[in-house]
Amino acid sequence: MAKSPLSQYKFLLIFISWWAIWGFLQVSLLIGFGLPVKTALIDSILSNSLVALSCAFLSNNMQYYLPKKERYWYILFISLSLSAIILLACKAILVPLLSEKIDGAAYALFYSKSWAVRFDIIFLQVGCMAILSVLWYSSEEEQENRQRRNDAERLAREAELFKLRQQLAPHFLFNSLNSISALIGSRPEQARKMIQQLSDFLRGNLKKEEQQWVPLSEELQYLELYLDIEKVRFGHRLDTQIICDEECLSSRLPPMLLQPIVENAIKFGLYDTTDAVIIIIRARVEAKFVIIEVENPFDPETSRPKKGTGFGLSSIQRRLYLLFARTDLLETRVAGSLFTTIVRIPQIQTP
Amino acid sequence: MSNNHNNTPVKAIIIDDEPLARMIVKEYLEPYANITIMQECGDGFEGIKAIQQHRPDLIFLDVQMPKINGFEMLELVEDPPAVIFTTAFDEYAIKAFENHAVDYLLKPFNKERFDKALRKWLDQRATRASDQITHGPAAIAHGPGGEKPADPTEALLETASQSPAQQHRIVVKTGGKIKIIPLEDIHFLEAADDYVKIHTAAGNFLKNRTMGYFEKTLDPAQFVRTHRSYILNVSQVTRIDPYEKDSHLCILQSGAQVPVSKAGYVKLKGVLGL
Repeated sequence: MAKSPLSQYKFLLIFISWWAIWGFLQVSLLIGFGLPVKTALIDSILSNSLVALSCAFLSNNMQYYLPKKERYWYILFISLSLSAIILLACKAILVPLLSEKIDGAAYALFYSKSWAVRFDIIFLQVGCMAILSVLWYSSEEEQENRQRRNDAERLAREAELFKLRQQLAPHFLFNSLNSISALIGSRPEQARKMIQQLSDFLRGNLKKEEQQWVPLSEELQYLELYLDIEKVRFGHRLDTQIICDEECLSSRLPPMLLQPIVENAIKFGLYDTTDAVIIIIRARVEAKFVIIEVENPFDPETSRPKKGTGFGLSSIQRRLYLLFARTDLLETRVAGSLFTTIVRIPQIQTP
Repeated sequence: MSNNHNNTPVKAIIIDDEPLARMIVKEYLEPYANITIMQECGDGFEGIKAIQQHRPDLIFLDVQMPKINGFEMLELVEDPPAVIFTTAFDEYAIKAFENHAVDYLLKPFNKERFDKALRKWLDQRATRASDQITHGPAAIAHGPGGEKPADPTEALLETASQSPAQQHRIVVKTGGKIKIIPLEDIHFLEAADDYVKIHTAAGNFLKNRTMGYFEKTLDPAQFVRTHRSYILNVSQVTRIDPYEKDSHLCILQSGAQVPVSKAGYVKLKGVLGL
């Protein structure tokens, strides 16, 4: 629940200062009308204290009940009633008190002449306080809601990113295990090596956090691990080539972004043709972007790669959107029998 | 191994695109002296050729393979041999296997599981062989190669065709060659006796399936059965003209005219949002 503005030291000080100034003005005004200093002082202190108390009460009260838009008449109603009560209370206390001691009938007459002005002023002050309180609480509530919404969105986004990152193709895992199973009999050394590679790959998959961007060099190492496993699986059918400048290697990117793109290219290439397949991965830096292209062959006769995404790239597209709020970072290009996936990663995030 | 398994010679073929996956099947088959591996194939095309050439009794077939997958390959084989599927993970496929009593091995599989699958098939075969001896050749009619041979396989393929890989293409054999037709290339399908004639820009192809099969498996938002003998690709439609009483003619982009029955017209209007 939103806290009352008066609970903050700063606002409490402003509130008190306001009443001091207002009290002083009223004293001056009353003296100006010919009232004795003492009478003016008592009158001013009492009536202003009553108004201040009412205002504090009103503001505090709204902490528990904030009228909705369609019930703003409630503010008017409560301000008017409070003002009337204050006015009556002032009269009930001040007139007997001051008439007896000091001025006799003169004060009673003054009070009865000035009640309308007093009411106006009290009503204005109470009304202002009511409106300020409504605005204050509304904005507090709004802020709280926004905060809650942001938190919920952030959590959902993180969960989704996590899920997208963890989407390990079961085909890959089970087929790799099957290859290992086959190797154990005839080439146990190689089987052991492959188990090591697969473990390293899985470990890399597990430990990475979305926020911790990694240098391209590290991603490429990780990719090599993956490619080595795939090469054992597919034997001579799969060949890969990585073309990357020295300057690219230090550029940073979100972890585990490259591997699914390459996996997609391998799948597309290997399952769309029966020949040997070469996958080419190129990286370059261009105006605050690191651009990575992954090229695979395909058969234009039988496959129709759709423009934009498709072919398993939608989860990468989604991830890029969640990370950068942009949909133009992933592109695909078809030239003859070559399919190229192009991903551009802005080099803005500080690691 | 039980004795009767060793007696009859068995011809087998292994079809898998991963060399190591073929290797393990070969290794597991070693103790079975009566089983001869005729050939190992790395894709479905090779597989079809090998099956035609060697006429094997049994094939070990991977599902996910280059160009055409295991199911599509089976579709193209006339009188397919017994199949033991080997696959890593494919929920559609698993569903298909479970419903249709063809055995399957989930990779990675161990020797025991492999033996179990193989023994099951060998036993079935032995039983059929003895049935044949006691009841004469007529009994074969109920086994594979007889009157209702296609039933389990047919049903299997139908279930398998719901897998995403097969929703965007049809594989046909034309003059010894295999042609993969992307669904968007299809203009319309026409019933032709036991076959369905697939009309495309590149010509017409015959597929040994029923109209009902295509009506069931093709995306109903894209393909509408407008007539008992016709299914058309909605995106090919340019015009619908009235024709005789209660019937219409659909003019396609290719200029072809496809009859639309009264019920078909209602369906077509629904899909086109008229």
